[in-house]
Amino acid sequence: MKQIYSSFRKFSGIAVLAPLCKLLEALLELTIPLFVAKIIDVGIVNGDRKYIVTIAFMMVAVGFVGLGFSLLGQFFSAKAAVGYAAEIRGKLFQKTVHLPFSETDKIGVPRLLTALTSDTNQLQTGVNLFLRLLLRSPFVVFGAWVMAITIDASLSLVFAVAVPLLFLVVFFVLLYTTPRYGKNQRALDEVTASTRETLTGTRVIRAFGEEERFQTAYHKKTHALYRGQTVVARVSALLNPFTYAIVNLAIIALLYFGGVKVNGGTLSQGQVVAVYQYMGQILVELIKLANLVLLVSKSLAAGKRLSALLENTAEQPQTQVGETTESEYLSFRSVSMRYGEGKDALTDITFSVAPGQTVGIIGGTGSGKSSLVALLPRFYDVSKGEIIYQGKPLNSYALGEIRAKIGFVMQKTELIEGSVADNLRMGNTNASDEELWDALTVAQIADTIREKGGLSAPVFENGANFSGGQKQRLSIARALVKKPEILVLDDSASALDYATEARLRKAIKNLPYAPTVFIVSQRTASLSHADLILVLEHGGVIGMGTHKTLLSSCETYREIHHSQTGGEDHA
Amino acid sequence: MRKTQSIKLLIPYLKKDAPKFILATLATLISVAFTLTVPILFGLAIDQMIGEGKVTLETLSYYLTLAAGCIAIVCFAEWVKDFMNAKVVAGVTLRLRNACADKLHRMPLKYLDNRAVGDTVGVVVADVEQVADGLLMGFSQFLSGMFTIVGTLGILFFLNWIVALAVFCLTPISLLVARFISKGAYSSFTKQAEIRGKQTALMNEMVSGLKTVQAYGYEETALRRFNEINKNLKRVTFRATFFSSLTNPLTRFVNALIYACVVTLSAFLCIGGGILGATLSVGMLSGILTYANQYTKPFNEITSVLAELQNAFACLGRIFTFLGEQEEVSDQELPALTAEGEISVENVNFSYHEDKPLLQDFNLIVQRGQKTAIVGPTGCGKTTLINLLMRFYEVNSGVIKVDGTPVDAVTRKSLRESYGMVLQDTWIMQGTVHENVALGKPDATREEVEKACRLSHAHGFISRLPNGYDTEISDGGGLSVGERQLLCIARVMLLRPPMLILDEATSSVDTRTEKRITDAFHILMEGKTSFIVAHRLSTIQQADRILVMKGGNVIEQGTHAELLAKKGFYAELYQSQFEGENVCANT
Repeated sequence: MKQIYSSFRKFSGIAVLAPLCKLLEALLELTIPLFVAKIIDVGIVNGDRKYIVTIAFMMVAVGFVGLGFSLLGQFFSAKAAVGYAAEIRGKLFQKTVHLPFSETDKIGVPRLLTALTSDTNQLQTGVNLFLRLLLRSPFVVFGAWVMAITIDASLSLVFAVAVPLLFLVVFFVLLYTTPRYGKNQRALDEVTASTRETLTGTRVIRAFGEEERFQTAYHKKTHALYRGQTVVARVSALLNPFTYAIVNLAIIALLYFGGVKVNGGTLSQGQVVAVYQYMGQILVELIKLANLVLLVSKSLAAGKRLSALLENTAEQPQTQVGETTESEYLSFRSVSMRYGEGKDALTDITFSVAPGQTVGIIGGTGSGKSSLVALLPRFYDVSKGEIIYQGKPLNSYALGEIRAKIGFVMQKTELIEGSVADNLRMGNTNASDEELWDALTVAQIADTIREKGGLSAPVFENGANFSGGQKQRLSIARALVKKPEILVLDDSASALDYATEARLRKAIKNLPYAPTVFIVSQRTASLSHADLILVLEHGGVIGMGTHKTLLSSCETYREIHHSQTGGEDHA
Repeated sequence: MRKTQSIKLLIPYLKKDAPKFILATLATLISVAFTLTVPILFGLAIDQMIGEGKVTLETLSYYLTLAAGCIAIVCFAEWVKDFMNAKVVAGVTLRLRNACADKLHRMPLKYLDNRAVGDTVGVVVADVEQVADGLLMGFSQFLSGMFTIVGTLGILFFLNWIVALAVFCLTPISLLVARFISKGAYSSFTKQAEIRGKQTALMNEMVSGLKTVQAYGYEETALRRFNEINKNLKRVTFRATFFSSLTNPLTRFVNALIYACVVTLSAFLCIGGGILGATLSVGMLSGILTYANQYTKPFNEITSVLAELQNAFACLGRIFTFLGEQEEVSDQELPALTAEGEISVENVNFSYHEDKPLLQDFNLIVQRGQKTAIVGPTGCGKTTLINLLMRFYEVNSGVIKVDGTPVDAVTRKSLRESYGMVLQDTWIMQGTVHENVALGKPDATREEVEKACRLSHAHGFISRLPNGYDTEISDGGGLSVGERQLLCIARVMLLRPPMLILDEATSSVDTRTEKRITDAFHILMEGKTSFIVAHRLSTIQQADRILVMKGGNVIEQGTHAELLAKKGFYAELYQSQFEGENVCANT
């Protein structure tokens, strides 16, 4: 929680002022019943109208000063809470965008998003209410009690019985309902999932003519939720009546014993009324306090989650000093790599590539294809061996430097909301319109973009207004705008038909700056033109060569090829 | 949708709970009446405390016992009210939600395809919740608030008309203040919601696309965009938070003012002859003070409830707009189809949007047991064909017949059950593997399911799952793309319908699984009329007929040899698509 606390230090000034103001307000509020007692015991008894009016004006004056303090308190606490939440959110976002890939994999996107949105909001609400009520509520409760004691100590004993009793009731009702609320939430989640399922599966459900069965199953789930809700309601509906009963029975006790004392001459009527009013004040604040405890515990949990993320010490791969060696353009030397503490995802990989060559990588699911290309932009670093690029070890390049040289097209396309141009310029802000069109033409999507309205055409969230194949081609164009030295296509032409893919391949081959190209694919047809093909299995290279040599030398490659061409080997 | 109209539509959903609803209303009435009586009794009790030796403890006890009785009644009434209200809310939620979900199955796909899944889920889950909570709970609070106001005023007038008049005239001030603030806060809150929405969208995009962001060195731009929004958000949030937090202190102050006036006035009334002949006792003064305090509370509650109600009405409007949408025409009276597998498509025209014609004068005759391959580039319109054959969409003109019967002369259910459909875009329902395979035949025995799975090559991976056929799976994950597809094939394998629509695997499935899928398809297709979206040369070559689709339309049809000879689009496609294989053929 260190980060969470240290970020708060900046706001400690106003954060101290806020509860202080509220404290002063509470102090003033406590005097009101005393004024009423004075009016009854002095003003009415003596029939002194002037006295009554004076006291009434004093009440208003006290109320006005209280208002001033209260407004200041609200101002300071809102300022502190909102500023603090914005600061935490900013810090967390900064941390997030610089998070190394290995950490992102581990933490997961949903958790980051929850932290950035609902957790920071929760923190804000918690801090705000905490500052507002921190001193006020306990002080009012305690103060009212003390005031009651000063009036009559033995009468105030009624409070000593009523307050713990009240807490006990709230505690037991919560004890019963909280886990059941959790259960109902899960039941509701199931209903939500079921609704979603009905929508996503509607074609299949209709194809099998199973609508009625799904309706019945859905009704069962909603009914389970209904039952759960009514079971909780039976008990939670007790909360109001019980608190009402305790409070009012306490007042009955108070009035009875008060009456006895008045009869005995140790207490005045006005004093009884004052104690009666303090009782009211205490109860109002106790209810607020109970809510505050619930809220603060929620916010603390959110704060814990946030600080765990903020204190994540994982660093981006460091840049090391490396000596220039005379060697090939790009070479892998006995490279191994692993994710975290797991098994090796790649083992002992060695190969070299000449500038402008095309490298194909093929293999089954989990064979290490994507891991291999992820090493190039230093998304992950090698755990053993080294990669040499242009005569220098790859890890002696700064991250920004090496990533600027590489155009990487991910398997899963990730477009940003904005215009086509916004997306294309992500990696190269200075590219001219002409350069953008060139990239679009090479990526075989220039016509589509023209139809959609050109470079200023909008791209919706997640590229929702583009089809899968269009998104892939747009991502490829985005990589080409960088004019990269190395172009990596990580299974990123899978939604393209063969004809388009072939045209794309040809256009890339003819690029004037002749990038070195890495293509990851599941299909031999997409790789047959490559200068070098690596066949991977379980993280190791089991075949290396051209399409032709691999067909004769590599059993696995041959098998893949034949299965894809339907076993019609014309050779 | 207008509010009155929405409420009228809501009444049928409330009907079943009408007795509970009436009981709750009655309990509210009783609870309010007795809650208001208690302070009078307390006041009468305080009036007994005139001074030393002058307190009649019997009378004091008498009033306090009466008060205890009232308290007991209030407790019971409150419990009945809360419990019954909760029951009504849960019941209305249940019925509304079931109605919405049932409707989903009867909506034309045209409607569902054009709406984001999240939107519809939002109506069925969140909106229904909001209506139940906001509208019904709001109504209950509104009711008890109104009763309390009327009751309090009545009692005040009964106790002392002068004080009552003062309270009656002064209280609206606190309401005006509250109103003024909530108006100011409201506009800040809308602004805040808007900016927060923008920020969430940006964070969503940047965080889920984090790898791209880093690969393209976009971190600093992202940060800059974020910080800009964050700064705006901070400003607006502060304003909204501060404004809304003004309500309590300000109304408290106004109440204090009223309180002071009431105290002064009441005190004057207690003295000597009072005012205009009206007098007051100290006990009644304390009663009046309690009422004066209580009087403003329901007003505040009602104002906050009104905001909630506004939102609930918006939700209710969305729900009934959805429930009022045009459904598919009922076909309950039509006969069921028993298909042999002969299909003819005659002069069919179809388009999704009127201004963009797709299929035009499309004709096709498929004999029983024939195989038709559908080929074409990505987005060529194969889904359209499936939509029409399965009657997910209706043709604009022309007719599709199965065994000579037009498809709109039989039930949709029987038509669809005559087809077996396996799409690349697989769908797994939440449940066990067994339940998923038995989707179309829920009473299938384990032997039948296992047999279907063995034939579909799915038995192997299923038996490796932790609980075999009883393993729980869902659409979210657990199975690989290929395994999901095998499972979907097993579903159809279990039923062996006379007609098939199959979608061949593309690149994201690994080689061995692809081979299994192909084998399973072959077993399925034996003797059946089948349509297959083809990516593999062998499938295309073995087909009795090839439909070549482009841009949503069928542009060529014939056998492989015929189409090659034609030297049209198919010939071109064939060349580019199997270029790699030709290289290999030359070696």
